[in-house]
Amino acid sequence: MAAVTQDTAVSTGRITRAFIYLVLILFALFYLLPLYVMGVNSLKPLAEITGGNMMALPSTWTLDPWRSAWSTAQIGVEPTGLKPYFLNSILMVVPAVAISTIVGALNGYVLTKWRFRGDTWVFGLMLFSCFIPFQIVLIPMAVVLGKLGLAGSVSGLILVHVVYGIGFTTLYFRNYYASFPTELVRAAMIDGAGFFRIFWRILLPVSGPIAVVSVIWQFTNIWNDFLFGVSFGGTSQPMTVALNNLVQSSTGVKEYNVHFAGAILAALPTLFVYIVAGRYFVRGLMAGSVKG
Amino acid sequence: MGFLDIRNVTKSYGPVEVLHRIDIAVEEGEFLVLVGPSGCGKSTLLNMIAGLEGISGGEIAIKGRVVNGVHPSKRNIAMVFQSYALYPNMTVGQNMTFGLEMHGVPKPERDRALADVAKLLQIDHLLDRKPGQLSGGQRQRVAMGRALVRNPDVFLFDEPLSNLDAKLRVDMRTEIKKLHQKLKTTIVYVTHDQIEALTLSTRIAVMNKGHVQQLGTPKEIYDTPANLFVATFMGSPAMNIVPATVVMENGHPHAALTDADGGVHRLRFSQANLAAWEGKNILLGIRPEAITDPEGADRKSQNIQPFTNRVTVTEPAGSDTFVTMTLSGKDAIARMRADASVEPGQKFDFAINMEKAVAFDPATEERITP
Ligand SMILES: Nc1ncnc2c1ncn2[C@@H]1O[C@H](COP(=O)(O)OP(=O)(O)OP(=O)(O)O)[C@@H](O)[C@H]1O
Ligand SMILES: [Mg+2]
Repeated sequence: MAAVTQDTAVSTGRITRAFIYLVLILFALFYLLPLYVMGVNSLKPLAEITGGNMMALPSTWTLDPWRSAWSTAQIGVEPTGLKPYFLNSILMVVPAVAISTIVGALNGYVLTKWRFRGDTWVFGLMLFSCFIPFQIVLIPMAVVLGKLGLAGSVSGLILVHVVYGIGFTTLYFRNYYASFPTELVRAAMIDGAGFFRIFWRILLPVSGPIAVVSVIWQFTNIWNDFLFGVSFGGTSQPMTVALNNLVQSSTGVKEYNVHFAGAILAALPTLFVYIVAGRYFVRGLMAGSVKG
Repeated sequence: MGFLDIRNVTKSYGPVEVLHRIDIAVEEGEFLVLVGPSGCGKSTLLNMIAGLEGISGGEIAIKGRVVNGVHPSKRNIAMVFQSYALYPNMTVGQNMTFGLEMHGVPKPERDRALADVAKLLQIDHLLDRKPGQLSGGQRQRVAMGRALVRNPDVFLFDEPLSNLDAKLRVDMRTEIKKLHQKLKTTIVYVTHDQIEALTLSTRIAVMNKGHVQQLGTPKEIYDTPANLFVATFMGSPAMNIVPATVVMENGHPHAALTDADGGVHRLRFSQANLAAWEGKNILLGIRPEAITDPEGADRKSQNIQPFTNRVTVTEPAGSDTFVTMTLSGKDAIARMRADASVEPGQKFDFAINMEKAVAFDPATEERITP
């Protein structure tokens, strides 16, 4: 009797599992389809796209569209390719992510371990900044950047993204540090460690998971941002704006293969960050809620 | 002037005063235990000594130096926390020497101090482990080791044993006592466990609602509690408190009590001064071990009074048997030898050691002092 029930349990288990996998595979294919289309079409000559099937593999494989997108394609008026803009983006995103994460961590540290009168208000206001849409701050931001002499520069963009990101990073770190035992900070105080030493030696070494969350969040947001880039980028526009200029150019034939290659180039860094740090991402998001 | 002086210290959070004029002088080498129910302000007082909480009024001095505004690290104190507060990212060795490092002690000296203390606490084999890889008892040792390497003037312990299981707690208790006897350090120790307080301390401060109820040696606290709160808080099972009337007989004050069947008994007090309370009601306090069978009574006592009463419940507890009876309408517990033959419902001849009895004023709840 027992053997029979076990048997049926196993076979139903197998069927359900096969079904679940089938559904999962279908979904995965569906979501991978655009990447596939971009991939194959970026590796074939333009004639094959315009004259044939978008879904087919290339009959002649070529890397020319990639080369063109990277270094020779017409961006606006200059035939520079995406390279200089890619560099602009890197120059903007690295400091912006680093600064906003560090400031967020310090804010979280102060707001949980060095409480002061009105600290919940300060946190509330910072949290509020997460809900302000980009569009609202465009004009005031432009004025401020102008006054600071940072308009149209990479530094200006870094400042904008840092200011905009601090609300989020502070939220992450504050919630993470809230569950960090205050007794440890007190023990370190008695041991003679000061404000920064406690942060550096005690809190930061255990902040890995939340730092990963903050970095991924900030990196994807800043890298993918278009509005601030197009508004304040001036002569040092980021990748997203350049990609738009590449794709939207109205002169000449539309080189779809180059566009696809450019789009993949623009997505690569975020993809890279996700693959490298992604598995810590979920762990970090969960860390604040479940202890131990 | 003591080694650690707490003078008229108060603590307020906003308008709420949680500690009221605490006055304790701790001598060098003393083991002072702060004991009291949850929320009475023990940790707050300890944190004020450590410098982790500000002092709202009064002053605290260590070795004659007022430390009110002094940073915790400059007070030359060390603290062992309830949760141990070991730095999770550092090894045991790094944990223990972090304080020395922060105080700029050179590496060779740190290593020597570490080796000494690790040997003393028998944790030398754990020095390279992370706290997460230790058992509760080992963590406890490391936390004490971290305090010891600093060689501070005063050790502060905040319920250091409350996270351990019952057996380990008893072992570590003995260990702490041994350590104190060996090193003769000054210790302030917070607990809500009255057994810990009685066994470890050289002096106890019993606290309640932000007041020190009584400050004294374990014997003073146990034998002559200052008031009803101390009497019932310290000791397990708690002291029996029963209403009684003071009557005079042959020129001696006696306590008049009723037994379970309504019969009146008169028990002679040892304290002659209770004559002043003739005809008045008092609360009589008798420890369970002062009520026994006649053979089990304290032979050194000058004042054993016989007393017959009906037994309601018997509870054998291994080494003792606890016997419950009704005295003046209240339950009272007697502690008998394990082999005493007592049955529920039986009329039994008890012996009460009135030398150990104390009387409380029912109005003020203070002990009536000789
Ligand atoms: N930051 C604070 N703000 C307001 N009241 C506080 C604060 N910290 C402590 N208290 C109050 O002070 C009183 C004493 O607290 P304390 O932590 O010293 O108690 P305790 O005797 O250590 O209790 P336990 O045995 O539960 O640890 C409590 O009534 C508590 O509510
Ligand atoms: Mg406490």
